[in-house]
Amino acid sequence: MVEQAAQMIVHGEAWTIKDLFVLPNEYVYWSIQIVMYPYMTGLVAGAFVLSSLYHVFGVDRLREIARYALVFSFALLPVAMMPLLLHLQQPLRGTHVLMTPHFTSAISAFGIVFMTYACIVGAEIWFVYRKFIVDSVVRLEAQQARKGLDGLLLLIYRGLTLGVRDVSPEALDSDHKAVRFLAGLGIPVACFLHGYAGFIFGSVKANALWMTPLMPVIFICSAVVSGIALCIVSYAIFMEIRKWAARHGKHWLLPDALAHGKHAVDAEHLRGVQQHEVTMTARYLLIFMTLAITLELLDIIFRGYTAVKSWDILRDVIYEHDFTKIFILQYGVGNLLPFAILLLPGLTVRRAALASLFVLFGVFMMRWNVVIGGQAFSLTFDGFMHYHLPVIPHDLETFKEGLMGALLVIATPFVIFYFLNMIVPAFMEDKDAH
Amino acid sequence: MRRRDFLRTAAVFVSGASVSLSALEFLDPGKVLAAHPQLRWAFLVDTHKCVGCGFCVKACKIENDIPLDANVTRTWVERYVIKKNGETVMDCPKGALDGYTSKLLDQGKSGKVLVPDKEVAQAFFVPKLCNHCELPACVQVCPVGATYQTADGAVLVDRQWCIGCGYCIMGCPYGVRFFHPVERVADKCTFCYHRISKGGNTACAQACPFGARRIGNLRDPDDPVAKTVLNQRVGVLRDEYGTKPHVFYLGLNKEVR
Ligand code: SF4
Ligand code: SF4
Repeated sequence: MVEQAAQMIVHGEAWTIKDLFVLPNEYVYWSIQIVMYPYMTGLVAGAFVLSSLYHVFGVDRLREIARYALVFSFALLPVAMMPLLLHLQQPLRGTHVLMTPHFTSAISAFGIVFMTYACIVGAEIWFVYRKFIVDSVVRLEAQQARKGLDGLLLLIYRGLTLGVRDVSPEALDSDHKAVRFLAGLGIPVACFLHGYAGFIFGSVKANALWMTPLMPVIFICSAVVSGIALCIVSYAIFMEIRKWAARHGKHWLLPDALAHGKHAVDAEHLRGVQQHEVTMTARYLLIFMTLAITLELLDIIFRGYTAVKSWDILRDVIYEHDFTKIFILQYGVGNLLPFAILLLPGLTVRRAALASLFVLFGVFMMRWNVVIGGQAFSLTFDGFMHYHLPVIPHDLETFKEGLMGALLVIATPFVIFYFLNMIVPAFMEDKDAH
Repeated sequence: MRRRDFLRTAAVFVSGASVSLSALEFLDPGKVLAAHPQLRWAFLVDTHKCVGCGFCVKACKIENDIPLDANVTRTWVERYVIKKNGETVMDCPKGALDGYTSKLLDQGKSGKVLVPDKEVAQAFFVPKLCNHCELPACVQVCPVGATYQTADGAVLVDRQWCIGCGYCIMGCPYGVRFFHPVERVADKCTFCYHRISKGGNTACAQACPFGARRIGNLRDPDDPVAKTVLNQRVGVLRDEYGTKPHVFYLGLNKEVR
């Protein structure tokens, strides 16, 4: 091949700046989408664990947020796959992982674990909402003149019954048992799904920052933290929207009002529920946060104390190059600040939501500092690589692996949730539901 | 159909099928070779002979269709300058594609530095390439098996099957892998497998005017590379990663990364 007129940009070159002695092929190959990937999987796993707290351990006060967390976790699921596909150089070959899984690789079983998990969550939702689905079919079938949307809904609900319309007490009772079982099974699988994401990094022996057996555990704890935080924030936001919608009669935002008539939703009542659920959840958030921080600090202290060959460069990265990102943004804004906000007496929903926002940011920074921080130094231990997130895309690559791609990934679960919520109302308060 | 007829037909069919199945059994060349291991490719770099001309880098890029102006390369040559105070300055601009013609050392964002001649204790060049490791980390981490090891020790990438996840790039402790800018799959040195498996030489070894690079067969006692590896004090890079690299170096010292 002869020299071309324009400089040929190789993958990674657009956002990597090299300093001192860096090998010619070294770039930040794993960029923003690989930050998004453990972040999104973490949210999925965390939201599910929150919902299981109610179903398995019978933490009764979490009933409403648990159902919401379950549905939201399902909406997040497809999005956990998205960053990986956006990151692949050959996205069309993504299915090769399922065709010829090479099991010595930590990524190879991801598809299998992921699908197992998706089946569990899907099945659990089905059992939780089975009565609602059957009721809806009956209700819609009874309607004389169906409008276009109702006809579609009926079609969907009919499909969802899977041909079972038995809602006798015995049948509901076995639904109940199935939910408990699935929720219990789901916890280890959710932890596995995410611990596994940690293993993908922790097992890379070539990377001095990543290689630690603590990585999967750290990932699981921060996953639960971020999942709970996201549920608090989004629950608060959605409740605001619902209150507003209830007041203004905007029923296309209130699927349960569509189903049960508008008396089912009343703004005052909603406020009471929300206060209760959110403050309760915040307590669990605190517990898991303490665990996550302890582990992360243990990791840093251990590295400093044992000070193996790579510590020289890691110290430079941790205490100099990434100081702001690690100690100010991740630990300060993402951990200490929300800790203080949550611990101050008289917690309100707004404050819990604010603290959770900071927590979400903190966990994101943690993923960033692991993924990008792990590539901030050269294999020579004598040079650095700086990552510059492409903000305004000028080609497909800077779109996929830039700010726009990340925002796309963040926005998708909310879109999915909107439609999912229309079919299986996540905020439905049903006294005899599970 | 009568019962006896049926039994007879069935028997004929079953025996016929089993014959054809056994005839279809493939002879896996990998297994054959593993049973008669007469070949294990290895590479020898004599750092004393390298002058940093970069001919090997250029030859490799042309032979293996890596665009010359792309800032990735299958092989490269590093420059080490060790000062009298013990400090080491290193560089490797464009993988040494154009050879080292200037005394200025390229430090990336930190600019270029010049080490005055009188401060230099020693200076030398170190060529690098894929180590075709015995226990390759890249093969271990590839989720689809697109990176694989042949029975004669070469580690190769299947361009038709690689999904471009980059895990192997992260997994290799030597930084020899990159994404091919045109093919958009993982790429690295193959020891010029297409040449050596037909009895040829690697492009880089052929291009080196000073004989600093040589490919050889470790299993052949008369092979010059095998003899050197056996009889002389050779070193390998970063053996702490446990990958058992198969590029051997004469004249390696502790400053080499
Ligand atoms: S040097 Fe790297 S790419 Fe080559 S075989 Fe070893 S681990 Fe794989
Ligand atoms: S980039 Fe290709 S060769 Fe490398 S690990 Fe991924 S699929 Fe395997």
